[in-house]
Amino acid sequence: MTSLFYIEHANGKVSDQSLKAITAASQIEGDVHGLIVGSNIDEAVAEASKINGLSKLLHLDDAAFDNVLAEKLTQVIFNIAGDYDYFLAAATTTGKNVMPRLAAKLDVSQISEIVAVESADTFIRTIYAGNAIATVQTSDAKKVLTVRPTAFKAATTDSAECEVAKINAENIPSISEFVGEELTKSDRPELTSAKTIISGGRGMQNGENFELLDKVAEKLGAAVGASRAAVDAGFVPNDYQVGQTGKVVAPELYIAVGISGAIQHLAGMKDSKIIVAINKDEEAPIFDVADYGLVADLFQVLPELEQAL
Amino acid sequence: MKILVPVKRVIDPYVNIRVKSDQTGVETENVKMSMNPFCEIAVEEAIRLKEAGKAEEIIAVSIGNQSCQETIRTALAMGADRGIHVLTEEKVEPISIAKILAKICESESPGLVISGKQAIDGDNNQTGQMLAALTDMPQGTFASKVEIDGDKVKVTREIDGGLQTVNLNMPAIITTDLRLNEPRYASLPNIMKAKKKPIDQKSPEDYGVDVTPRVSILKVIEPPKRQAGVKVENVGDLVEKLKNEAGVI
Repeated sequence: MTSLFYIEHANGKVSDQSLKAITAASQIEGDVHGLIVGSNIDEAVAEASKINGLSKLLHLDDAAFDNVLAEKLTQVIFNIAGDYDYFLAAATTTGKNVMPRLAAKLDVSQISEIVAVESADTFIRTIYAGNAIATVQTSDAKKVLTVRPTAFKAATTDSAECEVAKINAENIPSISEFVGEELTKSDRPELTSAKTIISGGRGMQNGENFELLDKVAEKLGAAVGASRAAVDAGFVPNDYQVGQTGKVVAPELYIAVGISGAIQHLAGMKDSKIIVAINKDEEAPIFDVADYGLVADLFQVLPELEQAL
Repeated sequence: MKILVPVKRVIDPYVNIRVKSDQTGVETENVKMSMNPFCEIAVEEAIRLKEAGKAEEIIAVSIGNQSCQETIRTALAMGADRGIHVLTEEKVEPISIAKILAKICESESPGLVISGKQAIDGDNNQTGQMLAALTDMPQGTFASKVEIDGDKVKVTREIDGGLQTVNLNMPAIITTDLRLNEPRYASLPNIMKAKKKPIDQKSPEDYGVDVTPRVSILKVIEPPKRQAGVKVENVGDLVEKLKNEAGVI
């Protein structure tokens, strides 16, 4: 049995999400080979070759892969698919984009966002935004999996350099082209990878009041999120939304401010390590999942909190 | 140009999910069902493209039991022109759904397929990408903006950390993310009108697709429950506990 793991990288560094997800690959019996793709990626290749648990690293260094598009990357993996039994990637927007395309080309089902490896063909994943946990078994000979990074510990990159081999791009389709990328330039971390998140709900009353959250977020190095109620009310854009139809997050610390705790919202944040709820309604369901609850007026609490930090 | 929009019937997002006591799945009997929210966004986007004169006909497709007709009717009431219902009692996996849709693409030749990025029941996030692979079409997944320009479609995608824009040859597959649009509610007159719009009934066999599942669900359990913690008196207490007890700040 041999697994192929697709390694993501940015700015010469292997992505933290990939380092976490590769741990799932190591839990499957047999060798793990890595695949890293890009243009001028020597630095990332050097780091990737030292990932613990990797026995071989394949790399494709080609200007055409300066930006990785699903149509092209899928073909790169498909070209070498005969050598592998398992195909894994982190469930990032890249992994989610590419792996199902690969699975269909291989005529197999994909198992998405696994959170544990039970055996060679059995995996655990969440369904209904984490409201149920399913153990699933696949009968496909080749197995395509994406891995939820937050469920695994990151592999270290201090092992001896593994075997490194170059591969070439062949039969690459040109049905799509990269136009541009606009990465959010914020000192704040991104919602899905933030260690601390502070979110506001309908209780914030309007969009301007989100500044109160911004100030606390600045002190904590936190990302700012919102409930669907706050998004629907037009306080903040949709990409702030934490919940079943928004982003599913699991930070170390989640602070819910003026959020009642609708099922929809809880589904998106209840795997957080520590939950703090600040709400003036002591009956609010958010207090049922909060480790620390503060029944108080958020307009008083937020400036105090900013001061105290 | 035709636009094909696959729509899925799922448990309403505002319903509390209950896991069956025999651990075989979640309770769906007597539970409110709705169109998957990401599919609603897909229907809305197709309608907007038609309203902008970029498309002539919108076809809504649903694969599943008899009740899926209601979901197709919802799409028709929003503004889709006709429906295709592929009737099956089997729980159809994304790979098989994609195969059926690929066959429908062969006969209907849509210029675009717009689907939701994922259904909120299985959370698979696979069907659009699989359909793209089977039809050799390019894919614009997790779309927050769609612009048609001649025989190309420019798609702005929500990626981790920001936005990416790609230009795709048409026909192409687009999967919707939340920010793409806000779906309309169907008006009463349109709900009445939708009753007269045609729905073609088919079966997976009509398309020569074997929908036997490849993945079996061995067990479905409830996630570990969180215990309610303690109430603190004031901000000072809270900060002290977060620092010294929880160690998270």
